[in-house]
Amino acid sequence: MSAMSQAPKLLAGFADPVFDAQAVFRTLMSAIAYPGRVFTLEREVEVPAPLSLSATALCLTLADFETPVWLDGKAASPEALAHLRFHCDAPIVGNPEMARFALIADAEKMPRLIEFNQGVDQYPDRSTTLIIQVPSLTEGAEKTWTGPGIKGSIAPRIAGLPAWFWDEWALNRELYPTGVDVIFATGNAIVGMPRSIKVER
Amino acid sequence: MPSETEQKDRANWLGILARARRADIEAVWPAHADPLEFEWLRKPQPGLVMVRGRAGGTGNAFNLGEMTVTRCALRLADGTVGQGYVQGRDRKHSELAARLDALLQLEAHRDGLLAQVIEPLRRTEEERRLERSRKAASTKVEFFTLVRGANPT
Repeated sequence: MSAMSQAPKLLAGFADPVFDAQAVFRTLMSAIAYPGRVFTLEREVEVPAPLSLSATALCLTLADFETPVWLDGKAASPEALAHLRFHCDAPIVGNPEMARFALIADAEKMPRLIEFNQGVDQYPDRSTTLIIQVPSLTEGAEKTWTGPGIKGSIAPRIAGLPAWFWDEWALNRELYPTGVDVIFATGNAIVGMPRSIKVER
Repeated sequence: MPSETEQKDRANWLGILARARRADIEAVWPAHADPLEFEWLRKPQPGLVMVRGRAGGTGNAFNLGEMTVTRCALRLADGTVGQGYVQGRDRKHSELAARLDALLQLEAHRDGLLAQVIEPLRRTEEERRLERSRKAASTKVEFFTLVRGANPT
């Protein structure tokens, strides 16, 4: 046996990198433009444990050698790390403050939102975008969201978030124009929650 | 982790495969490398690579220019990953390089392939280089300056 095969088994990326990434990016733009709506990514891709299809596809689409990625303890499995290094060439950082993207597989134990990069007034786009893997997008406690992109209000039911999450989100919103953006992911579905969204506690 | 000598050997054969021409590889293509079951990790994709240089080996690195490189990666059934990085835009060339790289990592095939494939490719490359330097050398012009009185020695 060769020495290489002792490393975690590498998985394939997008079958068609250009069109698959474009399709995922298009869906993600819609998800950010219409916060709270559930969008599904109609693409097939091999998924390293413990990531979901949507989280994997988002990483393949968004991350590259210029975007440091932070993974929480659960997401940072050898398979997932090898996958991100091989397909995205993304630097993996140990400090959430340094990250452009954060991949969170265990939402219950995630760091506080303020520990991620908030961006600065001149460059609010430099804040971290959080990809949070949750058990369900439709079976959690109902919350009322309002803000740009939502006509009236919408009531998503994101499950599996820590108890402090929505209080922290209110603080995050007060930092506007800085602050983090969040994408919830499960299975092949995503829900976008940009920093402009107000959520009733 | 592969040992240092293993890494050096692999770098060596990957370099030879990268510089070889596709026709040369096909000429020495071993029969037992077909058919080979594999899955694509990364299908062949041409792209640009910035080549950096350093004057005299001591100067600061500078960007010499971009070159076209085609790369791909594949996985054999046992998980061995073969990488193909070759000059130019020939997708098939990078596929052949990746398949050979994967097989060369398997102990069972290594020595045979090194003798049958890599060594002939290395010789072809060396001959081609010598040929080119001979041609260049034959056009060499010796300049000297006429100094009043005597030629400089």
